[in-house]
Amino acid sequence: MAMYNDKVMDHFMNPHNVGEIENADGIGTYGSPICGDMMKISLKIEDDKIVDAKFKTFGCGSAIASSSVATDMIIGKSVEEALALTNKDVLDELGGLPAIKEHCSVLADHAIRSAVYDYAQKTGKTYKGLEGFDPNEDEHEHEHGCQIEE
Amino acid sequence: MRRVYLDYSATTPVKKIVLDEMIPYFTEKFGNPSSLYELGASAKTDLNISREKVAKLIGASEREIYFTSCGTEADNWAVIGSARLKKKYGNHIITTKIEHHAILHSCEYLEKNGYEVTYIGVDEKGIVNLKELEDAITSNTILISIMFANNEIGTIQPIKEIGEIAKKHNILFHTDAVQAVGNVDINVKELGVDMLSMSAHKIYGPKGIGALYIRKGLILPSYMNGGAQENKRRAGTENLAGIVGFGKAAELAKEGLDEHIKKITSLRNYFIKEVLDKIPNVYVNGDLEKRLPGNANLTFEFIEGEALLLYLDMNGISVSTGSACSSASLVPSHVLDAIGIPVEKIHGSLRFSIGDFTTKEDLDYTVEVLIKVVDKLRSISSVSNEKGW
Repeated sequence: MAMYNDKVMDHFMNPHNVGEIENADGIGTYGSPICGDMMKISLKIEDDKIVDAKFKTFGCGSAIASSSVATDMIIGKSVEEALALTNKDVLDELGGLPAIKEHCSVLADHAIRSAVYDYAQKTGKTYKGLEGFDPNEDEHEHEHGCQIEE
Repeated sequence: MRRVYLDYSATTPVKKIVLDEMIPYFTEKFGNPSSLYELGASAKTDLNISREKVAKLIGASEREIYFTSCGTEADNWAVIGSARLKKKYGNHIITTKIEHHAILHSCEYLEKNGYEVTYIGVDEKGIVNLKELEDAITSNTILISIMFANNEIGTIQPIKEIGEIAKKHNILFHTDAVQAVGNVDINVKELGVDMLSMSAHKIYGPKGIGALYIRKGLILPSYMNGGAQENKRRAGTENLAGIVGFGKAAELAKEGLDEHIKKITSLRNYFIKEVLDKIPNVYVNGDLEKRLPGNANLTFEFIEGEALLLYLDMNGISVSTGSACSSASLVPSHVLDAIGIPVEKIHGSLRFSIGDFTTKEDLDYTVEVLIKVVDKLRSISSVSNEKGW
């Protein structure tokens, strides 16, 4: 496949961590099917450490590969470390995406932040990485250039 | 790995018999048709034999066929040429929302240059409404350009009726028949079209050669300036080998048309039935009857088309999609939008186009793979029947 590199293709064809965690500690969703991609992530958190992460994504090859690699990257990390994950980190880990597809990698870091926000709301915890984060502020459409009216 | 090509609407392979006919025109029969000596004169003779074959395919006469470099050039020439020709009579053009970009972008170009364009819609089956067309006509209307058959959903427009409306109002009528030629029985005389675009590589001929039919008596201004080729209307040394290939492909298409339509329609219907029977939440887009024989445009709910396309490609199956993620512009299909498909479902649409080399076994294999990959992508997807969109 000329469009995606081998690592992207591998994560796309055989994505890691697909599914939903039962009784998850935090759940986050980002994107919308209208814009062409939507990721839902669930987290299991113990002692401020992400012990498990699972995702479900509606989207193209880049969106699925980004979801897969991002969940890999945060499992075993502290919550603050997971919050520090940027879409550039996801891109670097994948070895790059075609320029026109780079926006797909923002799905994962936004969804992770939403899930941690959900956890923080439920537990009353505060995290430095969540300062200024508003899960209702939908930057997705802006960053996607997805201007279709809902 | 098995290879199954199901994108005949994008392009077709050159048939061996067509290629064999072309080869001598690269080497020993290489003459320039404009040269006076024997090598040139015989090239000119062969050029016109091919012209006659292309003319026959659409019921035109030989002098009404003008070769171009592709279907897009024919579309540009027809639309922009007509606008220039009729400028003193008006500045209004009518076309549809589901045209190929060769027409839409030519119209946009004209809009930037003082012309007005009305883009009429289509119903949910992908067919234009004749009343809407007639209502759109003004005293300034100089051209109607409506595609014969749509490239994405394969729907066939009521060309004869449109021709009658155009004639009644004394307006030029062009049709982009790139997808229809070789798949639909076409007779330009009966249809009342003034101009018709076609392309060789959609009918098992080579890429880089197309043609515009221009009705006798219509003097469309030349689009390419230079020598006296193509009756002084389209300058440039002729792509002789391409033209010979086009001629042979047209001859084969004409001879086998009835059988082609019958066989391909039957395979297409079999494929659609198999997919709908075996995979839930799949829908066919566009009219099922007024449709190109080989076209199956399907929406697979809850998954995104590019992902599905790549999973099929990994299994050796070539198709195309209307999903925004697959296009360089990230804009979803304007055709599926025009027939009222919601955007989230446009993302999950695939076009399968069946052709002369497709077998029932190819389609069985495709259905088998589809069942697996659709299931897998749905298991990854964050949307589903239970959860909804």
